[in-house]
Amino acid sequence: MEYLIGIQGPDFVLVAADNVAASSIIQMKHDYDKMFKLSEKILLLCVGEAGDTVQFAEYIQKNVQLYKMRNVVPSSKFHFSDITQSVPFVSSQTPYHVNLLLAGYDDADGPGLFYMDHLSSLAKAPFAAHGYGAYLTLSILDRYYKPDLTQDEAMDLLKKCIEELNRRFILNLPSFSVRVIDKNGIQELQKVTVGAAK
Amino acid sequence: MLRSHILPGGQTHLADRTNHFNFGLKTQEFAVPRGVDPSRFLKSCNNEEGVCIEMNHGTTTLAFKFRHGVIVAVDSRASAGQYLASNAVNKVIEINPYLLGTMSGSAADCQYWERLLAKECRLYRLRNNQRISVSAASKLLCNMMLGYRGMGLSVGSMICGWDKEGPGLYYVDDNGTRLSGRMFSTGCGNSYAYGVIDSGYKEDMTVEEAYELGKRGITHATHRDAYSGGVVNMYHMREDGWIKVCQEDVSELIHRYKKGMFN
Repeated sequence: MEYLIGIQGPDFVLVAADNVAASSIIQMKHDYDKMFKLSEKILLLCVGEAGDTVQFAEYIQKNVQLYKMRNVVPSSKFHFSDITQSVPFVSSQTPYHVNLLLAGYDDADGPGLFYMDHLSSLAKAPFAAHGYGAYLTLSILDRYYKPDLTQDEAMDLLKKCIEELNRRFILNLPSFSVRVIDKNGIQELQKVTVGAAK
Repeated sequence: MLRSHILPGGQTHLADRTNHFNFGLKTQEFAVPRGVDPSRFLKSCNNEEGVCIEMNHGTTTLAFKFRHGVIVAVDSRASAGQYLASNAVNKVIEINPYLLGTMSGSAADCQYWERLLAKECRLYRLRNNQRISVSAASKLLCNMMLGYRGMGLSVGSMICGWDKEGPGLYYVDDNGTRLSGRMFSTGCGNSYAYGVIDSGYKEDMTVEEAYELGKRGITHATHRDAYSGGVVNMYHMREDGWIKVCQEDVSELIHRYKKGMFN
């Protein structure tokens, strides 16, 4: 039902998530934000079981803050992916059923996008998606992605994916939040809504 | 130190006192007899072959924000399976003059946990010398729900209030979902209520129009949903606190609304 997508360029990462918070057949909110800011240049996109998502994301957020307080230098995103990886399965009596995308910009290593799922698999990838929508859009990303794409080209690629969802996906996802992370930090771009993507 | 005078020696955790809710801990705080595991018991009751305990959510409640505050409207029916236990249940808990909580799901769970929430809100007021915000109150309830994840609680609640940020409305449920929004409806009649209030909602409604919309939402939902009924209890959350607007029988309301329809 929920959809996350991330596209990494040479010096930025573009991420988008749908804005629907649903309960059975009802859309309870149409402007729900699924992105959680872990630090100035790191975003955690989190979908999955109700309650688990916010609980897990806020837990990681607070732990990152604690780490920053204990250690003077904020760690790179690669370290964060290690922290995050341990948690979904570690409390295996009641594991957190969450699927994540971790996107960030490291001043030394550049941009990075990590795909993580509820079984604690972790993969660094140039582009990634979560949800049923991924079945429709991963091939589009395979076909049109180039490692040196510009921010505008990434935006066009994102719009192509959203168009495909609007055309073929059975569920209505009327709007998507879009953010880009680069050396200047996290910028919120204009939401992509049905009609605008055409 | 003062602590050692108050608590018996060696005990530094508030958690050790029975019936004290301690939020944020992973350990279970419920006073259950030794050897009882609520989640395992619940799983055994949900088998298709054997005994199947169905949790019913017979209710319709709704709340929406508009220019002049928040309207909260609930029905008053309590069902136990197919049996109608009561048509005169109060599904709104008046936490304090600026905070209301609605109840849907299991009556016992809602009444207990929201009463506990009221206690925590009062303690907050006494400790911090200011009233708790709607956001914080809803977060307290949400954390209580998360503490008992998977153990069969059934709570669908809306926390409404007016604090420094203005009118507040949060939806909290037993999964740990907590959403802030301008309009929510819970219970098995919620889809019918959404239909009516979504199509009749205007941001700049007058107070009378809002009262009418709230009544209509509950009435039409009780008409279609067998597990909702009784009376509409309606509250209006204003800047200076809540007022109880009305308590009207839905059967009379539906007759009034339908009068022109079948002539």
